[in-house]
This record gives sequence, structure tokens and C-alpha cells, in this order.
Amino acid sequence: MSLEQFKNRNVGSQTYKMIESEPTPESGMGRFGQVVKRTFKGELFVGLYVTMREMINALFIGEMHTVKYPLEKLPISPRYRAIHDMLRLLESGHYRCIGCGLCEKICISDCIKMDTRYDENQRKEVSEYTINFGRCIFCGYCAEVCPELAIVHGGRYENASEQRAGFSLFEDMLTPIDALKDQKEFDGFGAVTPNADNAIKKTPLAY
Amino acid sequence: MSNEITIKIDGIEYKTQEGEYILNAARANDIFIPAICYLTRCSPTLACRICLVEADGKRVYACNAKVKDGMEVTTSTEEILEERRAIMEVYDVNHPLQCGVCDQSGECELQNYTLELGVDSQSYMIPDTKREATDWSSVLHYDPGLCIVCERCTTVCKDMIGDAAIKTGPRGGTALDKGLKDTMPKDAYAMWNKLQKSVIVPSNGTGQTDCSDCGECVAVCPVGALVSRDFVYTTNAWDLKRIPATCAHCSSGCQIYYETKPTSIEDSSEKIYRVTNEWNYVSLCGAGRFGYDFENRVEGKDSEAFGSAVAALKKAETIRFNSVISNEEALMLQTFKEKRGVKLVNQDAYAFQKFLKAYSRPAGKLLYGSDFKEVMKSDFVISVGSALRNDNPNARYAFNNVQKMNKGAGLYFHPVGDTLVPTFGKNVECFAHKPGLEEAALYLILDLFAKKEDLPEKVVSYLDGFHSKGRKTIKERVMESITETVVDKETGNAKEVTKKVPKMVEKEVEVENNALVTLLGGSDSFADTFEKMMKKKERFSLIVGEDLYFHPKAENLAALLAMIESTCGMEVVMVPPKTNSLGVALICDLDESPAGYTVGYNEPGDFVLSALGDGDLDMPAMNQQEGTLTNMNKQVTPTNAALEYHGYELNDLMSAVGLGRHLTVDWTPALAEKRGFQAFAFDDLPNGYSNSGEEQRGYALKNPGKRAGNNMPQAFDEDMALDGEIAYRCNPQRQFNDFSDKAHQIFETFALYASPERAEALGEKVEVDFGSGTLACSVVADERMEGDIVKIPDFKSSKDIYTLFGRDRYKNVTIRKV
Repeated sequence: MSLEQFKNRNVGSQTYKMIESEPTPESGMGRFGQVVKRTFKGELFVGLYVTMREMINALFIGEMHTVKYPLEKLPISPRYRAIHDMLRLLESGHYRCIGCGLCEKICISDCIKMDTRYDENQRKEVSEYTINFGRCIFCGYCAEVCPELAIVHGGRYENASEQRAGFSLFEDMLTPIDALKDQKEFDGFGAVTPNADNAIKKTPLAY
Repeated sequence: MSNEITIKIDGIEYKTQEGEYILNAARANDIFIPAICYLTRCSPTLACRICLVEADGKRVYACNAKVKDGMEVTTSTEEILEERRAIMEVYDVNHPLQCGVCDQSGECELQNYTLELGVDSQSYMIPDTKREATDWSSVLHYDPGLCIVCERCTTVCKDMIGDAAIKTGPRGGTALDKGLKDTMPKDAYAMWNKLQKSVIVPSNGTGQTDCSDCGECVAVCPVGALVSRDFVYTTNAWDLKRIPATCAHCSSGCQIYYETKPTSIEDSSEKIYRVTNEWNYVSLCGAGRFGYDFENRVEGKDSEAFGSAVAALKKAETIRFNSVISNEEALMLQTFKEKRGVKLVNQDAYAFQKFLKAYSRPAGKLLYGSDFKEVMKSDFVISVGSALRNDNPNARYAFNNVQKMNKGAGLYFHPVGDTLVPTFGKNVECFAHKPGLEEAALYLILDLFAKKEDLPEKVVSYLDGFHSKGRKTIKERVMESITETVVDKETGNAKEVTKKVPKMVEKEVEVENNALVTLLGGSDSFADTFEKMMKKKERFSLIVGEDLYFHPKAENLAALLAMIESTCGMEVVMVPPKTNSLGVALICDLDESPAGYTVGYNEPGDFVLSALGDGDLDMPAMNQQEGTLTNMNKQVTPTNAALEYHGYELNDLMSAVGLGRHLTVDWTPALAEKRGFQAFAFDDLPNGYSNSGEEQRGYALKNPGKRAGNNMPQAFDEDMALDGEIAYRCNPQRQFNDFSDKAHQIFETFALYASPERAEALGEKVEVDFGSGTLACSVVADERMEGDIVKIPDFKSSKDIYTLFGRDRYKNVTIRKV
């Protein structure tokens, strides 16, 4: 489309159509009458009808279209990467982390630190574990590399704080033992793919 | 000695030495042949069988087949690859490679070879056996669940260390299905069959190893089965930073890596987690491997203490130090002495320096001719005046290695009986002579080994004086023919049968008695034993130790030593008493005794500079500073700072008195002004080994020769022999100085060490009266000691043991029970 028709500013030669409107009242009374007339015309209630309908639906039928944010939260995608969770084994309740140190190694912003030791049960125990959330870029590599699906990204995305570098300890991220039954298996970044079983070669076992 | 030959590996010609194993020849030429169980410098174990190659069309194991001129080696054929892959599959049975928490963490040879050979499936299986992890000693931790029984640990313990404290034991696993023998590759089956039957156990039958806790088994373990107790699960190997260094505990000056990482989440200061080494080419002792945390942590510069240190130096008349010091620091002190005229007192190096001087005059060279790498190539090794088990671990390893690897023989002259040395080999003769008779020992060596025509007349006739002819009745077994008449029962015919029956007869024979052998406590049959020992021997070496330097007749001993070196075709090495005694002896002009106001450097004094953290001014410890050390192999080796140090160092003090340089290592090229040293910048000094095992560490001291002086050793005096209650200045194993003592994994205490019988007789605590002073200490039984002589350690400088012993290493003392 060319611009020529816009550049033609000679009103009248285009296909403009004038709106037919009432003549503007001259007197004060006349103006008042116009206001009253326009105000109490049924059109207003046609507009308000949608509002009223939704209000009644929300108040009396319970069909809300918003969430009460601090009290309620929307579910987020399993692939969303928020503050990490440390999961437990469902059977024993013991935490899954074996202290292999892969998350510490792979972390590209170098914000994971862990101390480990040899415990009484001849196992490697994580004695101390922190993530510096001031540096974490939530890339998800730690969850992806974790061989035990122990460190995963959870849904806690509200990390406003007074200090930029908030440290999180192992215990903070670990599923509370009494909430174990509510622990959800992670199926986001780094989780086992649905067809994983088909992709592995089984080791023969003699027993 | 060995001839250069040409072999073809995979079609390409390479030069190598005759008598070399194919594997080593390949490695030296940068050709890869997989091998798990083989250790350079040890005998082939043949446990893994993975080094299979084809040589001239035949399948051989590269680790125990020697090269021949013109040999054609093929490192891999389809068949061999299949065999190797089967072996790796077998190793992976019940040892899956999803290694979450193994301490090897990626440095694993099992993992590497599995990937290298492309093992991506498993065709074998057997029920697993429950194997519990155990602690073998205060430092060793063994997890049989991870063990692949390559037997590298047992091999190194036997062939290199000499303890033979571990062996393979029963595993208690299910037996292999015999049908597999026909279906699977034969080497893989043979290897599996052995693997399925064994684990590693302490060889004394208990759960605890009875050894010197050197940790070499930990170093050679290809998987994470053997780890030190302190290190288990504390960190992953990939987190550690490796700092090449030189061990500062004894005069071996071994190549080590300090491996560091921040201490913990709270404490980000670096900490040494472990010490590793190039275990194919160098073997550490327990002190080197576990005694690493002796650093002096200093927060900042204490300028007040520094001020008083400068003042103390300015008024000092004596500087007293020991040999745990770098060459650079020794040069600083020497420069200070030259400018200020102070006395330099170092008790261990002083005796050594005098001895070296006394040796170099008749020998016509600055230093002893050989080193311990040469000793390891010899097949007859003699040790005089060195407590082999305690003084220097590498001298002991060399002595043992010669017995094991070169079918060697050994003579061990030492007054303190030792039960370990005779176990090194069946051709080891020990002489537990009286202290003071070291001259007689050297004369005996002259008598046994010297070419008589090279010796001066006087010495020959002197030696002949000890020989006498005697008669001796010996029992001999002879075969006697006996003729009997036997009557055959069936036919009734009498028949004569001749039988040969052994019979013992007494016979008088003429024997040659050697009074020297008798004097030194040798057995009567020594002449026969010696003849057997000498069979097929070509290279001889002699190790001499600290007893000689502290002998009242040290000069005569040095002269004898020079004579032995020139007439016996024998390579002589000396064991410097402490870490850098050799360097100090070459760099400093030492004085005998302190006088006046004394500044002590890691030694007692009026003002003490100390790297132990207990002095008036802090100094960096050897793992916190750069510098070079001179080791007993006459090599000047560099060491680096593993941990940071925030305080003052000796160079700062020198700067304050106007003698300093910008950095401590700026003194390194200046060492060249001292005889033997060369002008190399510190940063140009390499610190490693080549693929063929060649040592590339620092530089070798020059050993300038001059005209040999007149050499006529004196006769020895039998009355020099000490009798009665004798104390011997000698440290327990793994303990060398205050620094090894400071390390938390070295548990040997400062105490009087005695043989178990003697220790029981002495009770728990004693007071030792030296005449010049007394020392109260507890008594510890050393299972491996024999006889009545007791050992008093000198590793604590605060106890001032050198002063108590004076110029001797053996001292008559009175021991009272407390």
C-alpha cells in the first residue's frame, strides 16, 4: 500500500463519513438534560453486567480467576529451575546424597561446597554442604549430573533477601522427615527419561 | 654394561637395551602397552595378564619377556584385543563402574582400561562375596570390596620396601564354573580363577600389618581399595592441587607432590590432604607420605618480634641450626658468617663435613663416587655403620631391592641387631659387632674384595696377619655302598644286592681362620657362605652411614673408605645424617661448638627463630617455602611452597642486615660460588621423571677430581670397642626431626627404644645418665631390635641429644629405672 492516500490532506475528497450527533445544547438546562439522559440510559448496565456476573460467580459460586498470591501459588513446570531440594530415599528415609562431589565439580559458578568424611557405617557421609545463592545462576547442571537424583530443582522461587549472598545448608534443602510422604519425584532437568529402561544394557547377575 | 639393540614395535624400529623387558622398552619409547600389575623396579607379578603382546609370532607377556635383538613386537592383534577385553570384563564383574564415592575418583586404572578397551557389555557373572573394609594399621585402610587383586601392593612391599607385610589370602568366593575354561579366552579365565580365590591380607596372620607404615601400598593401588585412614572419603582427587616438591624429612630428598585444597567450608585456607609420588620411580617412607602437616601457620607479620630478631642477629656470636634447611638458607647463613664473623654450629653436618674432607683428600675427589640409583643396579651390597631400618629408608629400599631383583647378596655390619634385615634375602649376612669396631669391618671388606696387587704392601701384610690356618672337625655326608644278601621268598634264590646308603662321617679338614670375621661376630662358616654369596656377582656397592662420621677415628675410616673405593671395584655411597647435611657441609664453614650469644634456627638458643611455632620469631616450614635441597644422590632438587606463609623469612632478616636479595630463590644461582654447585636459576630446575624412569630433578652436583693424596690407613685398635651399657643415637622409623614429629599421622614417640626383652627388663620409665647430663624418658619395645644396646632418638631438638652424646653416636651410659 502506498502512502499517497495518507498524504492527501484535502478533507472531503476521501471516503470519510461524518457521525450524526445531536446538536450541542446551548443552555445550562439543556446540558444538564443531556447528562441525565446519557447517565441513565440502559447501556451502562449492559457494560456492568459482565462485571456483576463474574462477581456473583466468584462470591457465591466460587469460580475465581486469580490466585491469592502470598497465600496461594500457581503450580510451576517441572522443568522450572528454582532453589534446590535435597531428596530422601522413600523406603528408608535416609537422604539420597552419597557425597560424590559431582555437583561441586560441575558447578560453573563454583557455588557448591561440600565436606565429607568416613562415617561409622563405612560410608561416605556429607558432613557439611552449602550452596551460595548469591552466585548460583540456576543452570541446573548439578541436578543433571547427580547420579542419585538427590539434588534437584524445587519450586521455591521467592529468594528476595536483605543480602545478595544467601547460603543454604544441606538441612535447609532436605525434605523434612515428616514430609517424606509428600516428597514428589522430580521429573525435570536431569531426571530419568521415560524410556530409560530400553536404553540400558543389563549386567548379567548370577543370583 | 648392557648393549644397545634394535627391536621393531608395530613395524617401527626402536633402540633399547639388552635384557630390558618388552614393556619397559616400549614405555621408554612412548609406546602404550596396557599393564595393570607391573611395577617398574619390581619383579613381574603376572596377575593381570593384560600386557599380552605378540613377539616374533608368539604370545608373550610384555612385563616378563625380555627383548632380543631384531625382535618384532606387535602390541595388539584382534585376538589379543579380545583377550584383553575379556580380562577387563572379568575385572568389572562385581566391580561396576558407577563409582559414586570411591577415593580414586577418576584416577582409576580399572576405569581407564575398561574405557580404553571399549568394554561396553558384560558377559560374565559370579555371586559376590561379602568383604568387609578393615584398618590394617594406624594409617592403612583396606576395602577388599574394591580390590582387584593385582598384587601391586604385595609386590612393592616385598621387592621394594622389604617388609613383605601383606600377601594374598583366601577370599572364600564361589568357585568358577569349570565349563568356562573352554568357552572364554584362556588368559582371562586363568586371571579370573586366581582373582576369585584371593584377597590381600596382612602376612602375619592377624588383622594388623606389622610394617614400617610407609604407605607405598596405598600409592601403587590402581583402584581405591587401599587408602590412608586419614584420607578416606575426605575429598575427591580432582579437587586437589598438586605441588611438586622435595621431601624434607631425610637425606633421600624424594620427589613428592603435596596435594592441597581448602580446609573446609568455614576455613578457606589451604590444607595438605595427602602426599603422592611417582611410585614407579621413587618410593617414599612413612614420614614422607604421612608427615606432611608440619607447616607453621602465621597470621601476619609480627614486626616487633622481627625487630628484636634483627637486634639479636646483630649481636649474635653464634648461629646454631640443623640440616632441615634449604641450600639457599644455608648460603645466607654462610654469607652472614663471612660478613659478620659469627660461628655457625650445626652438629649433624659438622661431623659429616669433617668426614667428607678426610675422605676427599685420599680419594682425590670432592664427593663419594656413587649414588643410590647405582646401588640399585649392583648385585652385592654392603652396609657399614648405618642403622638401615631407621637412618634412611631409601638406603634400606636399595639394599632390599638388590636382594630381590638382582639375585643379590648383602653384608650388614651393625652393632644393633635387627631382625628385619636378614629377611631381605637368603644371601644376607649380618655382623652384630661391638660398637667402635667399624674400622675392622672396613678392613674385612678390603680383605674380602680388594685386588691384592693394588693394595700397598703394608696393608696386605697387615691383613695377612689376621689369617691363620686351623684344623676343624666337620661332619660330612658320604654315600656308602652296602652289599647285602637277600633271599627271594618265592624262588628261594639268594641274591646279592648293592645299595647306596648315606652316612655321616667325621672328617678333619684344614680351614683358614679369619680373625676379623671372628672379631666382628661372624659365624665360623662365613668363608663358605661368602663363597656362595660371591657366585655370579658383578657389581659391588658399599653404603656407609652416620656411625662412621661420629666415630672417634672417623679420619682413618674415611681413608679406608677411599682405599676401598680405589681397590675393590666397589661403588661407595654415604648416607648424610639429616635432610640437607650434604648441602650444608658443602656450603657452610661450620664450627664445632657454640660460644657467646646464640641465635638458634629451629635449635635451642638465646633467641630462637623457629618454623615450629614455638620460637621468638616465626619462620616458614619446608612445605611453605621455595628452595633447593641437596640429597644423598648428589642431586640439587627444587621444592615449592605448598601452603601460604604470611610472616617473615630468613631472607627478610638478611635484608634487614643489608645482605638480602629480592627473593629467597634469587640465592639459588649464587650457590655456584660453592664447590660442586652450579649456576641455575630456581625456575629453570625441573622436578619430575621421564617415561623411561630417568630422573629429571634439579641438577647433579659436580664432583671435581684432583690428584689423590697419599693414603695409608692406620691399624685399628681392638680396645676401641665399647662394652657395657650402651646407648645409640637413633630415631625410630618414620621419625626424623621436629617436623615429622609435629605431623599428626606420625605416632612414634620420643622414648628409649629397646629390644622386647630389654624393654621388659627396663620397665616403663628410665633415667639415662650420660655422665654429662641425664635424660628421663619412657621405654618402648621395638619388636625388630635385638641385643642390649638401646636407642635414644634425636628428633626433638629441644632435648639437645647431640650435646648429650657429644662427638659420638654410641655412648656408655647408666640406665636407672624410675
